Amino acid sequence: MEDVLAARLQMALSLGFHIIFACIGMVMPFFMAVSHFLWLRTGKDLYKNLTKAWSKGVAIFFATGAVSGTMLSFELGLLWPRFMEHAGPIFGMPFSLEGTAFFIEAIALGFFLYGWNIFNRWFHWFTGVIVGLSGLASGILVVSANAWMNSPKGFDYADGKYFNIDPIAAMLNDAWLSQSIHMTLAAFAATGFAVAGVHAAMIYQKKNVSFHMKAFKIAAAFASVASLLQPVSGDFSAKDVADRQPAKLAAMEAHFHTERGASLIVGGVPDEETQTVSHAIKIPGMLSWLAQGDVNAEVTGLADIPKDHHPPVAVVHYAFQIMVGIGAALALISLLFLLSLWKTAWLTRNWYFAIFALATPLGFAAVEAGWTVTEVGRQPWIIYGIMKTSDAVTPMPGIAWTFYLFTIVYLSLSVLVIYLLHRQIKVVPLVYDKSEPS
Amino acid sequence: MSVIVTFYLCFSVLLYFLLGGADFGAGIIEMFTSKKNVTRTRKTLYHAIGPIWEANHMWLIIAIVILFVGFPSIYSLLSIHLHIPLVILLMGIIARGTAFVFRHYDAIQDGMQGLYNKVFVISSVVTPLFLGIIAGSTLSGRIDPNATTFAQAYVYTWFNLFSITIGLFTVALCGFLAAVYLIGEADNEHDRLRFVEKAKISNAVAVGLGGLVFAAAAIERVPLNDWIFRNPIGLTCMLLAALSLILMWRWINRKRPTVMRVLVAFQVTMILLAITSANFPVVVLLSSGDVVSLSASEAPMKTIESLGWALIIGSLFILPALYYLFYSFQKSENTVQ
Repeated sequence: MEDVLAARLQMALSLGFHIIFACIGMVMPFFMAVSHFLWLRTGKDLYKNLTKAWSKGVAIFFATGAVSGTMLSFELGLLWPRFMEHAGPIFGMPFSLEGTAFFIEAIALGFFLYGWNIFNRWFHWFTGVIVGLSGLASGILVVSANAWMNSPKGFDYADGKYFNIDPIAAMLNDAWLSQSIHMTLAAFAATGFAVAGVHAAMIYQKKNVSFHMKAFKIAAAFASVASLLQPVSGDFSAKDVADRQPAKLAAMEAHFHTERGASLIVGGVPDEETQTVSHAIKIPGMLSWLAQGDVNAEVTGLADIPKDHHPPVAVVHYAFQIMVGIGAALALISLLFLLSLWKTAWLTRNWYFAIFALATPLGFAAVEAGWTVTEVGRQPWIIYGIMKTSDAVTPMPGIAWTFYLFTIVYLSLSVLVIYLLHRQIKVVPLVYDKSEPS
Repeated sequence: MSVIVTFYLCFSVLLYFLLGGADFGAGIIEMFTSKKNVTRTRKTLYHAIGPIWEANHMWLIIAIVILFVGFPSIYSLLSIHLHIPLVILLMGIIARGTAFVFRHYDAIQDGMQGLYNKVFVISSVVTPLFLGIIAGSTLSGRIDPNATTFAQAYVYTWFNLFSITIGLFTVALCGFLAAVYLIGEADNEHDRLRFVEKAKISNAVAVGLGGLVFAAAAIERVPLNDWIFRNPIGLTCMLLAALSLILMWRWINRKRPTVMRVLVAFQVTMILLAITSANFPVVVLLSSGDVVSLSASEAPMKTIESLGWALIIGSLFILPALYYLFYSFQKSENTVQ
């Protein structure tokens, strides 16, 4: 395997692994804060037990996210030393702030996990909220560092040299806001549906229904709000990408030829050789409207972009279809949840919980697909328009071996974490909800 | 501002060494604890590091971020030439962190515990070993940016006597740090004496390995003797380290755990200073005789300035919170007893 490819795969694997843990670690504290709040307000022990049960999961996810994040801070250099040597001083600002946010998160988590019965109850609740807020801040900061790679700002570049560096301008680049909003909503939607789905599956099996119902409602409420807002944020992101990275947009849509009134291509099989798409549904004018807000606007096609600046079209196009498809499905399921607030009879129906149970992995599938769109869509650049990924890679040969090693480690960790969660759920009737021994 | 950033870099490396080191050491102590006592040791250990271990490892992240933002060429140089030990270090970090949490949070206590324990203790040795090897390699004078063979560029940079003995020495120091720290955590006399015993053994081992480091330096032609004994700061540090060691052993039975902890931390700090002060601000010695210094590798002024402010503002939040975390759990522990 070529070193650049191996390095890209290893990075993709590491980020793809970390992103799940990071999302859960930053969103779950908010779910806990709600159930914790309900316990403090109502005094119902079920809410306290739910908070505790969730906090066990959070501890597992947070620790795994923390170590996989530590690994990433090294991997940036291990795999892309040439990139980091130049980019570090420019886009490092959000990382230095993230260091603080993450540190506070770790401290607050220490207070929260070990502070039951030690502190004032509201102070203890507050530390849990801090875990969530600082996690959220970390997430936004890391995403704005990534946004800089898509939309480099805060420096001048000539003859391979970087000068007039302004780290604050780099952090507040053109893409940070749209990317941060999209990722934050995605984190809430994906985590919400994953958590709601797990509890829905238990309700479906009629196990500890009242316990799981409380958990389900909190998670599904967050998920639904986020999923319904996501299309709006997606539209904002799409217009932004159309503006800054025409090649990425063209690859997302498999749009080969520049035209006015461009059609939106749904599905289909793109062929980069012949620059055609077969078996697709075309909606006339829709792409122009989505990209520019005008059905007659011109949208640049890949044919008008130099071939060595093309991202891999098929991967980006498929990933984009998956993301949008799942996003739409989850928005529909969210409507179902909101309707069930009136149609409470649904909350006793099997089909209702079956739908949520089946949706458990969908949010994270969309997150991975979306991440693929933004990362693969930026190729061949590591700093868009400035530095190519192939120029950034480490000179050390044999990266394929470390890629295999990391693959084994991440695979076994994934299996272990799922196994641990399974065991957490298994003990619910014994530890958290003794009312219905099963 | 460069001074502030440099200070924060050294400060986080030192704190990682002390706090993270004690944390690794706890795993090393567990490895050398007999089956009869190991369950109790594990409990004491969890009690001691449970609430703070995540925070202890944050110092590594802070140091790395300062390095790649403020001193990017050093970060990239080390990332390239110490790729292999860094990857092993990462494996150790991920294995240890997850094993520690999994063994506590696994809802069902069964045979899996054996696996977590095994992974935890092995990675508790491997991680500081490679941390020490990496630290030693920066001063071993083996890093060669113009190397032509794989072995010269990526293997001998760290696979040499000096680096490896520094690695072993680090492991012993971690064990020593942890043993002294745990003396204060023991809730009965029997356990206390056991940790005193462990502290004695790890102390002796550390001294022995320290001697080996000097021998290896002589063989590898690393002028360690000159750095320490022909440099007033190095020499003073060495003497202070020796003095604090003597004081510590004289007072070991007075049951003042805080004094012990301060002394042992002071001692390790002095050892680190003794080794590094002669070259500072040079942090990497290359095989060509060229040196890489922090001041010459600094990022542009604007970056250093914003990094400095980020660190200052960050510590206004972090340090009080961290202090309160240590304080609260120390207090709650006393009331529990």
